[in-house]
Amino acid sequence: MKSIRERMSGNEAVAYAIRQVNPDVMPAFPITPSTEIPQMVSTYIANGEIDTEFIPVESEHSAMSAAIGSEAAGARTMTATSSAGLALMWEELLLAASNRLPLVLTLVNRTLSGPININCDHSDGMGTRDTGWIQIYAENNQEAYDNYIQAFPIAEDPRVHLPVMVCQDGFITSHAVENIELLEDDPVREFVGTYQPEEFLLNPGKPVAVGPYSVSNYAMEAKKAQEDAMEQAGEVILEVAERFEKMSGRRYGFFEEYRTEDADYIMLIMGSAAGTAKAAVDELREEGWKVGVLKLRVFRPFPAKQLTEALRGCRALAIMDRCESYNGCCGPLGMEVPAALYRNKVMLESVNYIYGLAGRDFTVDHVKDIFAELREVADGRMQAPQHKYINLRSE
Amino acid sequence: MSNVNTTATIEKEDFSLRTMLQRPERLTPGHRMCAGCGATIGVRAVLRALHEGDRAVIGNATGCLEVSSYMYPYTAWEDSYIHNAFENAGATLSGVETAYKALRKRGRLPEKENFKFITFGGDGGTYDIGFQSLSGAMERGHDMVYVCYDNGAYMNTGIQRSSATPMFADTTTTPAGKCSDGKIQYRKDLTAIIAEHHVPYAAQTTLTKDFKDLHRKAAKAIYTEGPAFLNMMTPCPRGWRYETSQIMEICRLAVETCYWPLFEVDHGKWSLSYEPKNKLPIEDFLRPQGRFKHLFKPGNEHLLALFQEEVDRRWEDLQYLCAR
Repeated sequence: MKSIRERMSGNEAVAYAIRQVNPDVMPAFPITPSTEIPQMVSTYIANGEIDTEFIPVESEHSAMSAAIGSEAAGARTMTATSSAGLALMWEELLLAASNRLPLVLTLVNRTLSGPININCDHSDGMGTRDTGWIQIYAENNQEAYDNYIQAFPIAEDPRVHLPVMVCQDGFITSHAVENIELLEDDPVREFVGTYQPEEFLLNPGKPVAVGPYSVSNYAMEAKKAQEDAMEQAGEVILEVAERFEKMSGRRYGFFEEYRTEDADYIMLIMGSAAGTAKAAVDELREEGWKVGVLKLRVFRPFPAKQLTEALRGCRALAIMDRCESYNGCCGPLGMEVPAALYRNKVMLESVNYIYGLAGRDFTVDHVKDIFAELREVADGRMQAPQHKYINLRSE
Repeated sequence: MSNVNTTATIEKEDFSLRTMLQRPERLTPGHRMCAGCGATIGVRAVLRALHEGDRAVIGNATGCLEVSSYMYPYTAWEDSYIHNAFENAGATLSGVETAYKALRKRGRLPEKENFKFITFGGDGGTYDIGFQSLSGAMERGHDMVYVCYDNGAYMNTGIQRSSATPMFADTTTTPAGKCSDGKIQYRKDLTAIIAEHHVPYAAQTTLTKDFKDLHRKAAKAIYTEGPAFLNMMTPCPRGWRYETSQIMEICRLAVETCYWPLFEVDHGKWSLSYEPKNKLPIEDFLRPQGRFKHLFKPGNEHLLALFQEEVDRRWEDLQYLCAR
């Protein structure tokens, strides 16, 4: 497979993928740092490179509402947003998933207010973690691009029929320009295929009703079916990744294990900071430390069993949350990862670190300090702090 | 094909009740709306304006109509139908309409198939919580019709005031009492507000004895290219507290008192569809309704006078706009 060597930002990479997929409809509303994506798509349309119908809606709530209408009507539909935009969509995210509509949303992660701040953390994505969307996180522009192309066949698979959120870190990934290997248009289009829904509003002579009122006698089965689909999605995500590897040569799974095979200490992390963690691991390995990184790619469905197996045998684990849960004890991963370990009877020391909120720096030195702390904990020289903040101002 | 019917050809259609009643019902019996519900009568009339060969996608904001017409696993709608949420019927249908454009452009729909897009919302879902979504859809110029069935309160949740509720109405959030005259604000004039979006067609109608006004305006709204808005007063016997059998008389009085004037704004041209020969006093409309009972207690004459003043002021404004 021929690849095109380029350099571009994460937003440019996703816009490039959208140009290749040429979706039927894109409703969108501007919000930093995802605004460039609808801007670039609009430019592609204005220049005749694609013929997607763009709807310049008056809010993100309407973006998701129009997306639901469009997808239900039988059109492949996508949108992009960040932060407050995703929060405003919240009610509609639930409806997209429960109506089993395979929408694709690019989330350029940005913190939620307040205080208002435009920089990266995962509070927007995490705030929607129980809305029934598949969530895939990227470390860099390459992964943002690759994940985006895989999103459509995952979402539209008849076993799944769920919407997919493709996430990348605001500014850090979305705006930083890095090298990237792009795929050619035709193989991408072939990979994604044409959207052929089984039932849709514009199916002539076969009318369908969407969005019923459902009484207690029926509603619970619908919710169970939705959960079953999320469970099924895991298998489909792996199948699509395999097909993608054949096309691109790049391998994807639920997570990436970086130098974890013999690791005593592992850092579990999502998004761009995984790159920082890997750099620190390389340096520590030089010094003889047995350390590794487990970078979670698929957060929904949550790969509890596979994660547990990957972590079995390590002495201590740093669970990194770029999000606060305001529950008085831990972040979202700090809750879900130990639950997975416990239920699979893998008992290991872990510390939940909160880092990088609202764009706060997270450096190689911070990672090294964390590994040093993990060793103290594992050796019993220090009691594991359950919920610790990294790089707070000292004064 | 889409919108071959110009306004002029629509005006020539036969809207006699006899002819219109020959058309098939597109909202079938068996739904769970209340006996005597004005909204149901209005919705059936709007759908009658669709030409028989044309398909439709019906949108619906959350409300009485939605929870009573599509209760899983039964639907009363003959056409494709989508309910999304309370506040976004405008945006939702704008997505459906855009999908139609996209699929048509890409040759994924048979050429001969013609779809029309009609969405229904109550006054709560239209004047209030769905106002932004409606405004956006109208401004963007989607080829769709938004029909508000205005029964003047949040009836589905139990008769709470909306911005469409008339002044002094006794509702469950503006109860009349020792220290309250009912709702103290004037009602919002949504038809005028949408007309000021400079959409191709906006009109106000209600149930009249030959239904001609409603059938004709529905046809114009559906077959005028671009966004159209129809504001349809549909009494609610539960919320308004009148005898169910009196619905047509209530509607007649709303029109004859000029509380609910019949007018349209067709490509910017305002015109009255009906002018009462002898404008009746507003009391005639208010008296049969339990929600205004307190206005007729001794000592409340000034409230009736205030109500009359407001009706007169708005009627004069409308006459002025239509005479331009």
